[in-house]
Amino acid sequence: MTAVTAYEMRGQEPTHHLSDELLMDYASGALDEAGSLFVASHLTLCPHCRARLQALEAVGGALLDDIEPVSMADGAFDAIMAKIDAAGSANENAAPAEAERVVDGTVLPAPLRKYLGVDLDGVQWRKKGGGVAVAPVPGMGPEANAFLLKVEAGRAVPQHSHGGNEFVMVLKGGYSDASGHFGRGDVELADDDVDHQPIADDGEECVCLAVTDAPLRFTGKTGWLLNMFVKM
Amino acid sequence: MGHVGATIVADKAQKPIAAVVESLAAAKCFSNGESGRNALPEAVAVDRGGRGLDAITPDDHRALMARIAHDQDRAAFAALFGHFGPRVKAYLMRSGSDMESAEELSQEALMTVWRRAESFDPKQASVATWIFTIARNKRIDAFRRLNRPELDPEDPALTPQAEPEPDEHLDEVQKSKAIQEAVKTLPKEQAEMLRMAFFQDKAHSQIAEETGLPLGTVKSRLRLAIARMRKQLKELDE
Repeated sequence: MTAVTAYEMRGQEPTHHLSDELLMDYASGALDEAGSLFVASHLTLCPHCRARLQALEAVGGALLDDIEPVSMADGAFDAIMAKIDAAGSANENAAPAEAERVVDGTVLPAPLRKYLGVDLDGVQWRKKGGGVAVAPVPGMGPEANAFLLKVEAGRAVPQHSHGGNEFVMVLKGGYSDASGHFGRGDVELADDDVDHQPIADDGEECVCLAVTDAPLRFTGKTGWLLNMFVKM
Repeated sequence: MGHVGATIVADKAQKPIAAVVESLAAAKCFSNGESGRNALPEAVAVDRGGRGLDAITPDDHRALMARIAHDQDRAAFAALFGHFGPRVKAYLMRSGSDMESAEELSQEALMTVWRRAESFDPKQASVATWIFTIARNKRIDAFRRLNRPELDPEDPALTPQAEPEPDEHLDEVQKSKAIQEAVKTLPKEQAEMLRMAFFQDKAHSQIAEETGLPLGTVKSRLRLAIARMRKQLKELDE
């Protein structure tokens, strides 16, 4: 059962979605980089949330159209047309060139592949014991934390609760916890009220993207394992 | 002092564009407030379906965008600039920019509108929405110095829409009209909360801190506002 191909995984649509709150913070631009990476990764896998985002951005558009305007400086229009003329078509041609590198792949969503520089098969894992391995997502800045978490088939992630929010999204395989079953693209947003113990599905390793905005506090005996990766 | 830098930039403009643009500028582009929405010179009149020369509607925006994309029509761009430039500037100022950076960034945002005009897809968004996303991204880029990961529509990992879109017989212009209408009829405290969320770069938790309202109240007001808009869209769809 480990032979689930990318194609098979692409078929399903997620059933656990982003919250309105998270989507709105993404639409307005208030979300930090790690949170935005999480949202963009889910959007890649979820047509439903893509439509929801469009509606929220349309709210932004409606508010913009409705705002009390502030006059532009005199000559602003001439100024930008002069700039446009001076640049000619050079800028248009430069735009695609400055677009970031594209990392080929079909498993991880493109925004994640870009940060990691590889698709899932190229990820360098650090084993943490207990069937758990992690790989940090670089470039998230000092405050935020994003990492891939791999749990062997049938294994449990050590029990923990949260000092803040932890966003988890399944990228491969699946897991179950008190809230139900989670498969590819499904997201779970755990806050400090949740004390959960996810168990990976039998038959296939489970890979997740996890983003935290506060250090996790571990309540189980093996919690020290995971304290390692929230500090990465 | 806020105005000085921007004015210097403006003075560097070598030659004025067409006279019509000048008259546009005088009539409309740079005026403050609602009066600016009225006089649209005949030269840039777009298909109004007989509604007269008043406020520029989403349909007008779309027609202007088509002319910019297909013909690089400067008069059409002048009209769009006149409408959205001052709004983008207002948005940036509400987000905390000073006058000078707001001027500079809104000019940049409108330059992006011109340059990327061909990539605008009226099936995906209204012009106002598209420009909102451009202005938002400029703001994130300039003030927070953060990257904003976005999905890649060409991503082979993208899960395509399986069934037809739930509201595919609603075009984006209809949707944005409905949303605009809904925004206008929202209870005041919900509308204000939405503006804080969208304009002031505030996460829900920061809004709570600033208003002194419990986080739960902030969340529920925003949730109500969104639910109301969804309902409006649904009604329109039926």
